[in-house]
Amino acid sequence: MRLEPIANPTVARSTLLPTAAIATTVVIASLLAMVAGANPFLVLGEIIKGAAGSKFALLETLNRATPLIFTGLAVAVAFRAKLWNIGAEAQLYAGALVTVVLGTGALGLPSWMLLPTLAVLAMLAGAVVLLIPALLKVRFGVDEVVTTLLFNFIFLLFISMLLEGPLKDPMGMGWPKSARLIPEARLPRIFDGLRLHWGFGLALIAACVVWVIERRTTLGYEMRAVGLNREAAQFAGIPVNAVLIKTALLSGGLAALAGFSEASGLKGNLTLDLSPGFGYTGIIVAMLALLNPLAVVAAALFVAGIFVGADSMSRAVGVPTYLADIMLATALLLMVLAIMLTRFRIVRE
Amino acid sequence: MAKQDDARDDRPIVLRLNQITKSFGKLIANDAVSLSLRRGEVIALLGENGAGKTTLMNILFGQYTADSGSVEVFAQTMPPGNPRAALDAGVGMVHQHFTLADHMTVLENVTLGTHSLWKTSLDKVKTRAKIIRLADEFHLQVDPDAIVGTLTVGERQRVEILKALYRDARILILDEPTAVLTPQETDDLFQTLREAVDLGLSIIFISHKLHEVMAISDRVLILRHGKLVAQERTRDVDKHQLAALMVGSEVTAPKVAPATPGPALMSLARVSTPDQGNAPGLKDLTLDLRAGQITGLAGVSGNGQAALADLIGGLIQPDTGTLTLKDTPHPNWTPREAVHSGVGRIPEDRHKTGTIAEFDLTENAILETYRDAPFSRRGWMNWGRAEAFTREVIDTYDVRCPGPGTRIRLLSGGNMQKLILGRVLESGPQIILANQPVRGLDIGAVNYVHSRLLDARDKGAAVLLISEDLDEIMALSDVIHVISEGRLSPEFPRGTMTPAELGVWMAGHGFDAEQAHAS
Repeated sequence: MRLEPIANPTVARSTLLPTAAIATTVVIASLLAMVAGANPFLVLGEIIKGAAGSKFALLETLNRATPLIFTGLAVAVAFRAKLWNIGAEAQLYAGALVTVVLGTGALGLPSWMLLPTLAVLAMLAGAVVLLIPALLKVRFGVDEVVTTLLFNFIFLLFISMLLEGPLKDPMGMGWPKSARLIPEARLPRIFDGLRLHWGFGLALIAACVVWVIERRTTLGYEMRAVGLNREAAQFAGIPVNAVLIKTALLSGGLAALAGFSEASGLKGNLTLDLSPGFGYTGIIVAMLALLNPLAVVAAALFVAGIFVGADSMSRAVGVPTYLADIMLATALLLMVLAIMLTRFRIVRE
Repeated sequence: MAKQDDARDDRPIVLRLNQITKSFGKLIANDAVSLSLRRGEVIALLGENGAGKTTLMNILFGQYTADSGSVEVFAQTMPPGNPRAALDAGVGMVHQHFTLADHMTVLENVTLGTHSLWKTSLDKVKTRAKIIRLADEFHLQVDPDAIVGTLTVGERQRVEILKALYRDARILILDEPTAVLTPQETDDLFQTLREAVDLGLSIIFISHKLHEVMAISDRVLILRHGKLVAQERTRDVDKHQLAALMVGSEVTAPKVAPATPGPALMSLARVSTPDQGNAPGLKDLTLDLRAGQITGLAGVSGNGQAALADLIGGLIQPDTGTLTLKDTPHPNWTPREAVHSGVGRIPEDRHKTGTIAEFDLTENAILETYRDAPFSRRGWMNWGRAEAFTREVIDTYDVRCPGPGTRIRLLSGGNMQKLILGRVLESGPQIILANQPVRGLDIGAVNYVHSRLLDARDKGAAVLLISEDLDEIMALSDVIHVISEGRLSPEFPRGTMTPAELGVWMAGHGFDAEQAHAS
């Protein structure tokens, strides 16, 4: 058995295979639902209803998708240049940290000035967090997979230390959480009375900006060249190391916006459960989107929909929400397989 | 004719390929190829790159399964797709790129993979005796306890041959065995092969070097576009006939008018660069590249050519010595500065360093100039201008492709090289570094690239031609230098040296004489 590259995959091949992957995911989820003793059609129906069956459900899905768009973009940008940023989680918390440190009264500015300032400073913090592993990689060849991954744990413990110490809310009844942001530091809601906040709008803008950077600027061209063939890029005179550093700054900044948006738009303070692994889920989002920034939005909505839908399904039918994790993992694996099979065919030798 | 000859020859047939056909998609790599090899016979498999030689050998070795046809070794049909079967039946292969572990001894390399994993100790006494006996029998002088990494290329090849003999190979296949050897080492190899044949071995010799085929083989089989187009007794044909059969038409070497050299456009003065692993760096090298002249750099591969190309291309900086362009020293020499100073660079490996496979033609065409107007301004790409430029290159350099939006990996090697040539020449370079510019190209593309380089020379460019093909160097170069172990020979004007004389320098001998003379 051998893989043979396909020069020009047909349209049928490149649409049917991913569709088959999603269909297979649904079948596997149905089988598991049956094992759990529930009617699979009911379970799937409840997931869809819970994700998009009402205005409330839909807005909840959009809310959940917001941080995933940011982390998905952060991962997509970095992976495009073959900079393996597994540390979006730490960069997210760096953004949230800056937001609560400066947004709880330290900066007394009107809202229209405070919010952009917080967003920019949050991005800077995230950029710096990824800059360290990027410099280690460029200077000493240290593997960034290891450094960014391990930095997540270090940074989360650092946040934990701050929340037990200097950042602890004196009015917080002893819980490890920060003080609440001042009203000027809160992202306004898009619709009165509904939980969806402007972080979602910012995420959509970010996706478009990243797309423009990748396709229309010299930096985007350099990032793609470095990612596809570092040796040829070096030979042609592309400053590979500088490109990697710039990519790291952009990626870290995008991940930090997820932290800013969650703290300022949704939670209003910083706790250790601000992110239930959005940084890691961003990797799934980016891979499902094939690293395309616009597709990241769709992939984030899909992933968020499954999570939100599974929550509500679990309440209605009693099948555990772990089903959502299994569905995502299956979808990712099958999607990767489908993508490989669009580009290669298996030949018996 | 060969057919009747076969009938008269009563030596037993040891290997037979019957009507082997293999296609990859639309490409027919082997089209009903049949051949037979007799005991004690050397046959040469001759053909251009892409003629189907490698595919055929991969089928013989069970790496590929043929679409139809069969392989018989010692009258026993090989099961398709089983790489062990041919080895076990006594077929040994010596690859062009050695498959040796550098940190192990000759003995360990030779026995590697022949012992059961579950045996805890090796019977070194018996193995050593066998290796020494084989080395003696075939005159393959090599120390069994030497570390392979310390051996010369010629010695490493002997280890490869020993490896095959140790596995009791009765049929030896040598894939381009002389590509890395000096002419003298090649003679030694041929001596070994003749002794092997006298001892009853049979040999398939794969090459595209005509004089070697003439020197060693009994029979020549010529493959062209996957078909076996001719099968001749070597003594019945001459080189020109073989070349014509190989390419399908009479070969015409480019006509080279005498050069009118001008001043030196680039000068390297006593430069040294560090060694890169096994590849030597440059040792106190001085070189002038003159306007209107092609300077040929001959040498066995891995003798510092890479370091010199990287230095001129801006990828490495010299440790000591200076690089000067028209009297201006360039202490911080980078690829970008090279491009901007009028150095056009045709890289050795067009797949790995010359192009980005997943990029389209446009993105590849502006790889070196994307930061300059009109392709970009203040960080914004102007894809319209880039595409217009690419269309121009496609037209001017006859790049056969569906359009500028095609991914470059879908192009043939020749068309890929034409795009690179266009990228380099359209910027009007004063100095051209052509590193193996025709390796792996078909004869049409070879002639095209050569004539473009000659055009550039006639317009006053200084060309450095690096090649492992001595014939190419001697045909095109106005002056020749030989590089060996990072040292550069004196300049030899066109026609003053024979291949054998250059071979002495390639083996590193002339340098010693020169040093002895100096001291």
